[in-house]
Amino acid sequence: MSPAIAVAGLRHRYGDRIALDGIDLRIEKGEVYGMLGPNGGGKTTLFRILATLLEPTDGTVRVLERDPLRDAAGIRARIGVVFQHASLDLKLTASENLRHQGHLYGLRGRFLQERIESVLRTVRLADRRDDRTEDLSGGLRRRVDLARGLLHGPELLLFDEPSSGLDPLARRAMWDDLRKLRGERGVTVLLTTHFIEEAERCDRVGILDRGRLVAEGAPEALKRSMNKDVLVIEAEDTEALRADIEARVSASTVVVDGTLRIECEDGQAMMASLYAGFRERISAIRLGRPTLEDVFIRETGRPFATGEGGNAG
Amino acid sequence: MPDDVRRGEGFFLPAATLWRRELVRFVRDRHRLLGAILQPFVFWLLLGIGMSASFAPAGMASTMSYLEYIYPGALLMVLLFTAIFSTISVVEDRREGFMQSVLVAPVSRSGVVIGKVLGGTTLAVLEGAVFLLFVFQLDIPVSPVSLVATVAFLFLVGLALTGLGFAIAWRMASTAGFHAIMNLFLLPMWALSGALFPLSGVPEWLAWVMRINPLTYGVAGVRHTLYLEAPELTGRVPSPEACLLVTCLFVLATLSISLGVIRRREGAR
Repeated sequence: MSPAIAVAGLRHRYGDRIALDGIDLRIEKGEVYGMLGPNGGGKTTLFRILATLLEPTDGTVRVLERDPLRDAAGIRARIGVVFQHASLDLKLTASENLRHQGHLYGLRGRFLQERIESVLRTVRLADRRDDRTEDLSGGLRRRVDLARGLLHGPELLLFDEPSSGLDPLARRAMWDDLRKLRGERGVTVLLTTHFIEEAERCDRVGILDRGRLVAEGAPEALKRSMNKDVLVIEAEDTEALRADIEARVSASTVVVDGTLRIECEDGQAMMASLYAGFRERISAIRLGRPTLEDVFIRETGRPFATGEGGNAG
Repeated sequence: MPDDVRRGEGFFLPAATLWRRELVRFVRDRHRLLGAILQPFVFWLLLGIGMSASFAPAGMASTMSYLEYIYPGALLMVLLFTAIFSTISVVEDRREGFMQSVLVAPVSRSGVVIGKVLGGTTLAVLEGAVFLLFVFQLDIPVSPVSLVATVAFLFLVGLALTGLGFAIAWRMASTAGFHAIMNLFLLPMWALSGALFPLSGVPEWLAWVMRINPLTYGVAGVRHTLYLEAPELTGRVPSPEACLLVTCLFVLATLSISLGVIRRREGAR
């Protein structure tokens, strides 16, 4: 089966700034693929290229077997796009927004009405259809926006930061919706995220950093590939402790958010030896399984910054 | 990028739905409804009454009050403000709002421009028609024909101004930038259109600025249609034919520029 998305040697430059630096990507039909990366890592650029809004500087892109440079209209008719900032008209009600959206895709009449009912049920908003979207909470608005992206029955859904600006409850509801979509309609989903927890829910994850895809695979497989234990240590003077530990044992250490993380083959043995050697200087020590964050640290040598700053790139 | 020739891109239905959205939004936003009329009205009244006593522009019929003289200009100011109000939303809509979803839909770009500009123009003409009611307070000898002709000409000027607003808004990164353009470019363009003072009697360089200003032909055109029953009162302004021709060219130019800016995809070389 041909892939939903196939990208080779994709580069993009904004003036002198390189946003994408040689991306190869293949996403199969029916997958939920998460593009994980810090803000400014290139996610938004990739998203806009796949959504036919931005022309890449170099490389080949195929979305549902079509070239966005040659057949943007063919792609547009078959993809659903949900942006990070809701693309709704806030002065219109939920169902007016959807009717409007349907007209953009050439849907009308009773068929359109049925589609509207159907997607509103999918996102559990049938009872709010006549509310103006400006009166809806951020979470509900986002669901109307998802309904908008699904209205014309796209084969592929591009979803920029699904849980951005949502509280935990709304986040869970959004994920229930996405699961249902894949299950019931077989829609391929490509989402971008800077939340580790969100990436862990995807079938496959790509880690995008500084314009490069530094790791890719199923979340479990990526974590297993670490093949190591991780010790997390809290201490008064983390940096000094780190220097002393590095002098004593051979293990890779990194300081993240004021805690010291040590990767090692045998976590229990290391824990015992460190506790024996540095007991007075350690306020807490914990043995953990590697997370996608550890994968990111291994591949980039840096902690995963999750600042909510700009969304450029 | 010739997006428009592809099969499967909608034109009429998307254009109609964009046009309709413009009207629905307008009806739901009463402040806008009032703002676009009130400001020109106050401006017209204060300036007209204040200046009437001391100011009689050269080339203007001696029986005319200044209030009456600047009435056609005030009418165009209503159009200008409505055009700006309806296109300024594009600035933010395009990056973080409604227009994003329009751009990823299989919709011909010309359909987007036509729908949006026709929507804004409809509002401009409606507001202009309301302002036109003040004509009965003036000594202008109007007839049904002259009023219909005026509304028709306002429609043309409305298309040009909304198209201009669209083309500017599309390229703007912020609404602050749009306001700057309005103060530095659009308002001077209005002021130098013969709205406030006639072309005759100004220094030659200024007369040339006014002659190449397309809005000069808009204001003059409105004078021609308003005074259809008394053409001798229009004063020395460009001929009706010139007004119609230049205004039509103005419409074509702003719509073409709008289409050009919307068709150009980001990152395109």
